[in-house]
Order: sequence, then structure tokens, then C-alpha cells
Amino acid sequence: MLNYVLRRVAIAIPTILLLVVISFVLMYAAPGGPFNSERPLPAQVMANIEARYGLDQPYWKQMATYIWNVVVHFDFGPSFQYRDRTVNDVIAQGFPVTLTYGFWSFIVALVVGVALGAAAAIRHNSWLDYLAVGISIGAQVLPNFVMAPILVLIFTLWLGWLPGGGWQGGQIEYIILPVIALSTSYMASIARITRSSMLEVLNAGFIRTARAKGLPTRRIIWTHAMKPTMLPVLSYLGPAFVGMITGSVIIDVFFSTGGIGQFFVNSAFNRDYSVIMGITILVGVLTVTFNLVVDLLYAWIDPKIRY
Amino acid sequence: MSLNPDPGTADRLLDAQAAADVKGRSLWKDARQRFMRNRAALAGLVALVLICIFAFFGGFIAQYEPDYVDFSLIGANASQGVPSIETGHYFGTDSSGRDLYARTVQGTRISLLVGIVGAGVAVIVGTLYGAIAGYKGGRTDGAMMRTVDILMSVPYMFVLILMLVIFGRSILMLFIGIGLISWLDMSRIARGQTLTIKGKEFVEAAHATGVRPMTIILRHIVPNLLGLVIVYATLLVPQMIITESFISFLGLGIQEPNTSLGALISNGASNMQYGVIWQLAFPLFFFVVTLFAFFFVGDGLRDALDPKDR
Repeated sequence: MLNYVLRRVAIAIPTILLLVVISFVLMYAAPGGPFNSERPLPAQVMANIEARYGLDQPYWKQMATYIWNVVVHFDFGPSFQYRDRTVNDVIAQGFPVTLTYGFWSFIVALVVGVALGAAAAIRHNSWLDYLAVGISIGAQVLPNFVMAPILVLIFTLWLGWLPGGGWQGGQIEYIILPVIALSTSYMASIARITRSSMLEVLNAGFIRTARAKGLPTRRIIWTHAMKPTMLPVLSYLGPAFVGMITGSVIIDVFFSTGGIGQFFVNSAFNRDYSVIMGITILVGVLTVTFNLVVDLLYAWIDPKIRY
Repeated sequence: MSLNPDPGTADRLLDAQAAADVKGRSLWKDARQRFMRNRAALAGLVALVLICIFAFFGGFIAQYEPDYVDFSLIGANASQGVPSIETGHYFGTDSSGRDLYARTVQGTRISLLVGIVGAGVAVIVGTLYGAIAGYKGGRTDGAMMRTVDILMSVPYMFVLILMLVIFGRSILMLFIGIGLISWLDMSRIARGQTLTIKGKEFVEAAHATGVRPMTIILRHIVPNLLGLVIVYATLLVPQMIITESFISFLGLGIQEPNTSLGALISNGASNMQYGVIWQLAFPLFFFVVTLFAFFFVGDGLRDALDPKDR
């Protein structure tokens, strides 16, 4: 097990480094500098600014400095667009927002998805099963950028129940629509995976044994069937996490929540490279870490996997 | 039953076998029949054909060019840009006074193209990559698949946007970006299948007669991967369409005067509070129907071709 953990970590670290290097090389390859504008600055001013941001250094030195700062100090450098702020400030401002509704979306997708899928499998071929299957097929074609406008249309414009955007320090009515919009398609996928996994488990021999022993159904489901059912669900959580963190860009932009996605897209339009790089690397680190945790959990739960 | 059957039996057996051979059904014919029996898949196929006709020939009955701006309609959209047959704006007009029907035709076409190109790259690159990794095995396999693992754990949407920002937002860049990521899943699937095919006798026979490895891969392994590859390619198309629409929704993908379903949905969504709901409804309808059609056809193909479910 320790061996496996070490090996997984050994893959995770070069992945993150590679991401940092790719981002840096891409940024360096970009035509024009961040301070080129239609009215060229006087040469002396330009030189001073470039010295301030370290842009007068040779290529490899800039890269080494950047990687060193990112890896050792978690410092993504100054923003080129918001002159008075660093990338760290931007992330510190936006990340808590994204994390808040992202966390709830993840919980909702997981809990509702597993509950729906398990209920469908237990009541196989009942109306509940058909409903669950219907929802999971329908939600396949409703990614977050389709859900968001539909939800706002219904709940904000027609019914007037919930605000169609804003954050207001994370009051509950501002969180509901982003959470639904972000979690629906993943909820549906989790429900589908749980259903088929549970159907398979319920047909297994050890469940028949448990039934033959006369165990109550509730006990069979919770203590015997649930754990093997969750294995495929667990392996889907990695991709679901990536999908949600990507989807948060849409949510941030559409609902104007002020999360990192909004900064990301604004920076993309303003060519604020350091912010884009910083957020990309942050998301990459989160993704790699999350996948690592999921893999370790998997190895821990599934007794068949021995490393 | 005697131990020495009369010589006629053997002949009759051969005849029977010959007759059976004549009536024998190929893998593909079998699959086609199974597919045709699946109502949802067939409906998906019909919908898909209709959408393709709409996307590639719908422009002929449009009354306006997609980039023609009717300045008199800007601002008076909610009252005069309503969908109607008489004005020739079948789907109404958008906020810039352009004909939404022509725009939707154009958007559907570009979305389909992106999806098909993305899936095409996945089929070519992913299949070859996976087949080579699976056939070579050992260290080569390990290194190739670790690379895929690493690339897969990169948050590609962010990297894709980074690339679009740096190299400029163009359709070509979008195609390259989507092509770069689309083959990863396919390579894993192809590799897995190659591992099982590799052990079969016909591969061994080819190897024994001295066929070069690359020829074995191209002539003996890839054709046997085709069924699986087609299934996943069909399921990849909608994913690519979603990816492209995602980026275009943010305004970072397809640029004016071109458009895609994602960009149209984005426009419709930002104007929906002004009583011009058709600007959202029509693109959304085509988006949802296209995805549904691809998913149903893909599922039908999987049921028809996937040897696991026989």
C-alpha cells in the first residue's frame, strides 16, 4: 500500500510540473508583451517596467524564477491587468466563492445521484426506475450552460422566486440556482452509474445468501450492497470533479458570482497571462490532488486491489 | 448407429455446411439488423439525417444571408422580429437584426463540423496510438499510457482557453485544441481491445510468417477494432459539440460573423429578459435534439456492435 501511495505521488508531481512548464512556454510563445499598447511607452519607462516584472531576464531564468516562486512560495506573481493586485489576491478573492457553491454542487450530485440510482435499482422496473432512467437520459443533453439559462428563465423571469445572479456574501437564495445548474448533469451520471452497479451487485451470490439468511432488506442494502456499489461511483468522482471545476467557469460568468471563473474569462479577454496561468495551475493542482485522493480511497476500499 | 457410417453421410454433412455457409450472416449484417430493431436508435438516426439536411441545405430556403443586418429591427426586436412566415424570418431575428433561421442553420453546421472533426481526430490518432501501445507492450506501452494518464489529468478546458487566448481565437485553433484532447479516451479503449486481439491465432500466424509489426497493426488489428471505435466515435461527437459550445458560450470560441449553437444559446440567454424568447428557444432546440440523436444512435450502435452484450 505504501509503495502504491509513493508511486501515485511520483506520477502526480511531474504532472503538475509539466502543467507549469506548458503554461509558461505557451505564455512565452505569445506574440507581444503584456505592456504593448497602441501608444508605445518611452523606452526608458518600458525598460523600468520590464525590470520590475523581471521580463528583461533571459528566457530560462524567467521560467526558473516562475517555477521556483510557484512551487516554493505558492506565489503566482503580479497581475498584468489589475496593476495593484497580485494573482494570489485575485485567487484569494474569487476562490472561496467558487469553493462554496462547488462544494454544495458536489454534495448534491453525489447524495441525490446515489439515492436516485439506488432507489431505481432496488425498485427495478417500477415507475421510480423509469423516472430515474428518464431523468438521467434527459440530463445528458443539459450541460451547465444549457441548464443555467433555463433555470433563470423559469425561476427568475417567470416565477420570480430566486435571484438570477449575484452573490451577496453567499446567501442561500443566491446559491440555489448555481448549485442546481452545476450539479444536474453529474447527478444524472452518478444516478446512472449507481443504478447499473447496484443492479449487478443485487444479483450477486452474497446478496442471495444474505436474503436466504433472512436479513432485513434495509440491512442487506446498507451493510452488504452499498460498499461494492460505490466502487464504480468512486472512480467517476475524479472526472466529475474536473467537470464541475470547469463548469464553474460558466456558472461564475452567467450568474456573476465573482468566483475565479469570472476572473479567468475576463483575463482571457484582457490577455492577462499571469492570472490565466495562475488559475490554470491552481485548477491543475486541485485536479491532480483530488484524483490522487480518489485513487487511494479506491485502493483502500476495494480489497481486490493489492499493490 | 454403426461405427462405419456410409460414405454418403460425410457428403451430406458437407452439403449442409455449404448451405449454412451460403446463408451465413456477416458481423456487420447482424449488427445492422440489431440496430434496425432498436426503435430509439432508429429515431435518433432519422433525427440526425434531418438535422444534417437542415444544416447543409437549410440555407437554400433562408430569405436572408446570415450576416445581413436589418437596422430597422434593432431595438424593435420584440415587436417586429417575431418568428413568422410572412416576413421570411422563420425563427425571428436576433438582437442585431439578423435572420435567426439563417444563423441557426450556420450554427448547427459549424457545431456538427466541430463534433465530426474532433471525433475524426480521435478515431485516427487515438486508435493508432492505442493499437501501437497495446501491440508493443512492455516499457513502450507503459510510457505511452502514462503519458495519456498525465494528459488526462490536466484540466484541458483551461489549457484550451489559454491556447485560444495566446494564439488568437479562430476556428482553426479551436479544431486543433479540441483535436488535441479528444483522442485520449479513444487510445485507452483501443489499447484495451488490442490486448485481447493480440493473443489471437491470426496475429500469431502473421507474426510467424514474418509480417512487419506496423503491417500487423494496420491490417490485422485496426480492422478488428473498428466496431468499438465506431461506437465510441459516435458517442464522442456530442461531447465535442458540448466542448465547443461551452467555449463559444463564454465568447472565446467561434467568432463573428461565424457562429455555433453555443454562441447562439449564449446570445439568446443574454437577451431572454427582453421578451425575445425565440432567440434562446430555437438554438436550444437544435442543440438538444442533435445531442439526443447522437446519444441514441451511439447507444444503439453499442448494443448492435459491442461483443460483450451478445
